[in-house]
Amino acid sequence: MSDTNGKKILLAHGGGGRVSNDLLSKIVIPKFQDKTDKLTDAAELNLESNNVCFTTDSFVVKPIFFNGGDIGKLAVCGTVNDLAVAGARPAALSLSLIIEEGLEIETLDKILTSVSTAAKQAGVSIVTGDTKVVDAGSADNIFINTAGIGTKHENANLSFDNIKAGDKVIINGTVGDHGMTIMSQREGIKFKSTLKSDCATLNGLVEKVLDATDQVKFMRDPTRGGIAATLNEIATATGLDIELIEKDIPVDTTVKAAAEMLGFDPINIANEGKVVFVVANEVAEEVLKIIKSDELGKNAAIIGEVKPPQGDPVVEIVTAIGGKRIVQMPYGRELPRIC
Amino acid sequence: MLERIRKAHALMDVACEAMGREINIMEVCGTHTVSIFRNGIRSTIPENVKLLSGPGCPVCVTDQGYIDIVIDLAQRDDCIIATYGDMMRVPGKNGSLETSHRENVKVVMSSEDALEFARKNPDKTVVFVAVGFETTTPATVVAVEQAKKEGLKNFVIFSGHKLVVPAMEALLSGMNNKIDAFLCPGHVSIMIGSQAYRPIVEKFKKPCVVAGFEPMQLIEGIAEICRQLIECRADVTCLYDAVVKPEGNLTAQKLVAKYMEPTDGYWRGLGKIAAGTLALKAEYAEFDAMKRFGIEEIPAEELGGCRCGEILCGLISPPECGLFDKKCTPDTPVGPCMVSSEGACSAWYKYGRRQRR
Repeated sequence: MSDTNGKKILLAHGGGGRVSNDLLSKIVIPKFQDKTDKLTDAAELNLESNNVCFTTDSFVVKPIFFNGGDIGKLAVCGTVNDLAVAGARPAALSLSLIIEEGLEIETLDKILTSVSTAAKQAGVSIVTGDTKVVDAGSADNIFINTAGIGTKHENANLSFDNIKAGDKVIINGTVGDHGMTIMSQREGIKFKSTLKSDCATLNGLVEKVLDATDQVKFMRDPTRGGIAATLNEIATATGLDIELIEKDIPVDTTVKAAAEMLGFDPINIANEGKVVFVVANEVAEEVLKIIKSDELGKNAAIIGEVKPPQGDPVVEIVTAIGGKRIVQMPYGRELPRIC
Repeated sequence: MLERIRKAHALMDVACEAMGREINIMEVCGTHTVSIFRNGIRSTIPENVKLLSGPGCPVCVTDQGYIDIVIDLAQRDDCIIATYGDMMRVPGKNGSLETSHRENVKVVMSSEDALEFARKNPDKTVVFVAVGFETTTPATVVAVEQAKKEGLKNFVIFSGHKLVVPAMEALLSGMNNKIDAFLCPGHVSIMIGSQAYRPIVEKFKKPCVVAGFEPMQLIEGIAEICRQLIECRADVTCLYDAVVKPEGNLTAQKLVAKYMEPTDGYWRGLGKIAAGTLALKAEYAEFDAMKRFGIEEIPAEELGGCRCGEILCGLISPPECGLFDKKCTPDTPVGPCMVSSEGACSAWYKYGRRQRR
């Protein structure tokens, strides 16, 4: 793409005319050649079953490039993972770009390459899309929306209603990596570190688990609000308590140190390559083994158990010294603290 | 570790028996409060050892009047407000910095970051929201010194810096209180030294024990307090002597004394505390936001009905306050005990559903 050097997105690139077509045919389409070459108004899909899942998500991450990924990769991972945790095999994605006038075309090219790479890794096609350009200042570099469609795995019987006391809670690795990485690169915090986002597509890992058992009760990707938010949602929806064992929750040492420094708790921090599984006690060890055999599950662990409630349902954590505390639903936006 | 915990508990039991009543220990350090909460320490110690979370979080004790002035300054297009993140949600009379939705409010991690905003934006005045106890004051002073050196004319500080010892004295003398001893802060003590608590021990005969932040340090700090109570003595003891010296950090103390002086100031929920706030000295008025913007004084706050002062002293429990769970909730906090997410009222609100731990 040497001819894009230094060139910027103009309002005309979203105008639907010759300049638009040029951008599409030279920059966008080549990345997704396999399915978008016909350029019809809507994609036709032949799905393998009628049991279909459909989801959508928008991505406005800042900075758009971060250690371990970028907004393009994230846009694929987010939607693929939403399908995966619903027990669906992702089949196709849409890709909508809202670009701020002035974005370097080279930057766009890089982001689209990431989209393409992540989609290939997940084995999912980008089948339709849209590009809009807005005035400088009306967006922040680029916003992306992806929607995804997939078909339900035959062993996927997931519902809050299936969860009962005694079930085990499993996570496929360290928590808080993505959120801490993003925060460490934001203005006002800035510190050098080896932090890396865990941003990854989880459909492969989830499929392995579902292939092996139909005893997975529930799955969710603990993105914003971290595992604290996900587990609180489960407790509230089921009316059951969840007891976590603090020492069993995997946390990267750098994430731990950075979180401590800023006054955050890793369990409240966003993940983009994690899935919380609630599974029947009888299959917990087997499921753990399967997860650990996957590249994205090397640090997996059983971190807690569903318990009968003693009043209003809560998520409680047993600390290293044997103390107990209640894990709250996070407020919504973590702020660094001095005290 | 378990053996040490067991021994500490035995001491606590003996102390409770010797006193014939519950023991109230106040920690005056936000980081202790967080550590006690995170590690679930309350649930591991005997029930009649009560831990009172004192005014240890500098942000939570920042008064309404101060916040309102910051929010007013944020409305000016010629200002950039540089603030620590946790100040964003502290409520003024009508909302907080977060709800004021102003783009010129910037979250910084250090006073140096605030200086950098001043260097990069010469056409704006950067107001550094200077809050914190003795631990953060030196950083503010260093920024003032640096601004002076660089001749930066567009950097000012709005000092809400607070002093711990005057607050401890105010709590002990101001009202009928139930405080038996203080668990003294770790970081603040690094600056002011463990001997800074000597006057409290002498005047009020209350044990003052300095501890670090690891759960074992806290448990042993509580045990040491119990030991002193059993022996009917009050002393300054430092369990954090790896970093806390009796005299503290003299360099930092000298630097702060050069630029700032104690003045009477408001603490949220506690009222005006004599010599409990720090202000820039008159000779550095050019860096003082109050002088720069002609702010005459910080108005007294109107927390009608807030009883945080009594809650902090262990005199009443949160539900006895008329505002609790009505006007004052974690999402719409009024007093410092609700502003701080681990404050007494906030914790009570959250855990009231279950026996408070």
